[in-house]
Amino acid sequence: MRDLTRRVKILCTPARVPRWGPRFCTPARVRRWGARLGVASAIIVVGLTVATAAGRQTSPARPFPAYKAPRLADGHPDLNGLWQAFVTANIDLDDHEAQSGPHPELLGAYGGWPAGQSIVEGGEIPYQQSALARRKQNLENRMKVDVSDDKKWHDLGDPEFKCYMPGVPRATYMPFPFQIVQGSSPYILIAYEFTSATRTIRMNWKGDAPTDSWMGWSRGRWDGDTLVVDVTGQREETWFDRAGNYHSDALHVVERYTPVSPYHLMYEATIEDPKVFTRPWKIGFPLYRRMEKNVQPLEFKCVPWTEELLFGRFRKTP
Amino acid sequence: MRYRLRTSMVVLVMLLVALGAVAEQAPPAKPASPAPPASAVPSKPAPKRPAPPKAWTPTRTPWGDPDLQGVWNDATSTPLQRPSARAGKDVLSDEEANEFQQELAFDLTRDRRDGGPEVDVNRAYNDHWMDARRLKITADRRTSLIVDPADGRIPPLVPLSPERQKARAARADANARFNAGMPYSPEEMSLPVRCIIRTDSPPYLPTIYNNDFQIFQSPGFVVIAPEMIHSARIIPLDGRPHLGKNLRQWLGDTRGRFDGGTLVIETTNFRTDDGVVFQGANPATYRITERLTRVAPDTISYEFTVEDPTTWTRPWTALIPWTRIDPAEQMYEYACHEDNFDIVHLLSGARTREKNGEGKR
Repeated sequence: MRDLTRRVKILCTPARVPRWGPRFCTPARVRRWGARLGVASAIIVVGLTVATAAGRQTSPARPFPAYKAPRLADGHPDLNGLWQAFVTANIDLDDHEAQSGPHPELLGAYGGWPAGQSIVEGGEIPYQQSALARRKQNLENRMKVDVSDDKKWHDLGDPEFKCYMPGVPRATYMPFPFQIVQGSSPYILIAYEFTSATRTIRMNWKGDAPTDSWMGWSRGRWDGDTLVVDVTGQREETWFDRAGNYHSDALHVVERYTPVSPYHLMYEATIEDPKVFTRPWKIGFPLYRRMEKNVQPLEFKCVPWTEELLFGRFRKTP
Repeated sequence: MRYRLRTSMVVLVMLLVALGAVAEQAPPAKPASPAPPASAVPSKPAPKRPAPPKAWTPTRTPWGDPDLQGVWNDATSTPLQRPSARAGKDVLSDEEANEFQQELAFDLTRDRRDGGPEVDVNRAYNDHWMDARRLKITADRRTSLIVDPADGRIPPLVPLSPERQKARAARADANARFNAGMPYSPEEMSLPVRCIIRTDSPPYLPTIYNNDFQIFQSPGFVVIAPEMIHSARIIPLDGRPHLGKNLRQWLGDTRGRFDGGTLVIETTNFRTDDGVVFQGANPATYRITERLTRVAPDTISYEFTVEDPTTWTRPWTALIPWTRIDPAEQMYEYACHEDNFDIVHLLSGARTREKNGEGKR
């Protein structure tokens, strides 16, 4: 504040007075303008800081007004509905340009993939140096498959490409809706359209995953209005996206679903995997309620579309 | 490993079940008497059923629907159709029931030592995955799951159109190749082997394992999640219309309503692929209605009625009790396609056999 008053005073040095005019440069005005500029600059500094942070973070730059979600009988927020993400993170969690997609000579603009901004907080996934080679390899091999040897069954190819269950959090930001079914039992179901994958969230459940599974072992609890889901026991073969971002069998995901309007849930996931990353990292984006009249999840049973790709080489040739 | 074992067994069992059903249903070459027209059949038969259990007022969800939430299991050794040895006897006495159960269990169990080392080991293979509940008959001591018609048998088939006869013959050929270890292609294998649909396709019938169903409810919805294959059947209760007729699905499109304490569900919009509709009925004329009633704290009565005037001479109904499993016993993910090693083994095995000159006709 004092600094700014001094700067206003500098503007009023005798050499400059003719330009600014004697009326502005009275001692009272200098003090008053100094104070006003001080407040204004403080606002700008705070604003810029928030904006920069918001830009870096993935949480929506546009905040929602305070909201209290409708309740179910148990007093917890009602998250029931058909929801969908509208980010393009399934292509790449990081910033990505629009691209032709595979085989433009066959697919033309049909095969094109849209550009998208990173949903990773801080903009970068904190890979360990030694883990980067595998991501590159994944990307190069994302459309290759070889299932002739059981032991190498999962070595090549994006699991989505092969129509495998996507795991968490990928299932959330695939370009398909999912239905949350929350009733009065200790279980919440999430049913995804992509390959009919489902997962049960066991509320306040103590027991650990009995074995690894594609959609993992989800245990939930309420933190105020936020449904917090702890996901462990995921098969190591799932990926985060088509760009080859991946994890190990040590993956631990903590998801947060927060109702912020009748039509939006804020989704956030903290991803931890000490074998692949240097620290836990976060992604976040809103989920939108599907509002079309009579909208319902439909089938996306992609298995038949992968049979030639995976098993065609074993078919009988005439 | 586990997935492969599961898959192999399901391959075998599904196939046997499918073949059995086809064989049993083969239309007589010359029907003794013409089939009655479908319209002559009462659409709402009053089948003879065992006496209902003692009155029990079903619990309700906080929003007022009958509460069906929980994990339920439908395993039983009671056959869909009444065996000829029990013809004319729909419900057994305690003593007869005991004998019936032992007979069935003897045939079904894999824990036997009477076949010589090779046979016994083959039988024991994978016994770990089998559901022990499959060795017991239903608590109401019936001799068939079918309650209507009264003889407990699937009604005779009406003569099939030449196209459908051809399709059935093609299916039988593909099954024969499969059984001989000589399948031509993934597409000619059955939908369960291909991991497209399994026991999640209605009507729900017991099998050797993974007979669990978890029911979820939310205001306006009932959701049935069958263990195999990890799909969720989301049933809207708000009276909305079915999907348009050009939008067909592997598992159809389901709508439901509560009629007193009974959830009544109707499913339409099935795809026309071979194997999608129950027992090779005609998707154009097939109708299925399922009724779920919680008749006791630990029991749901699951009843289905199927009708198709271009397939069966009359509608028929089966009743299968679902038993609530201990809540501490959870239903786990059933993956299939993700590790479907078997489909590769079966196809590559066939190609190797061909190379070795086996299987030539």
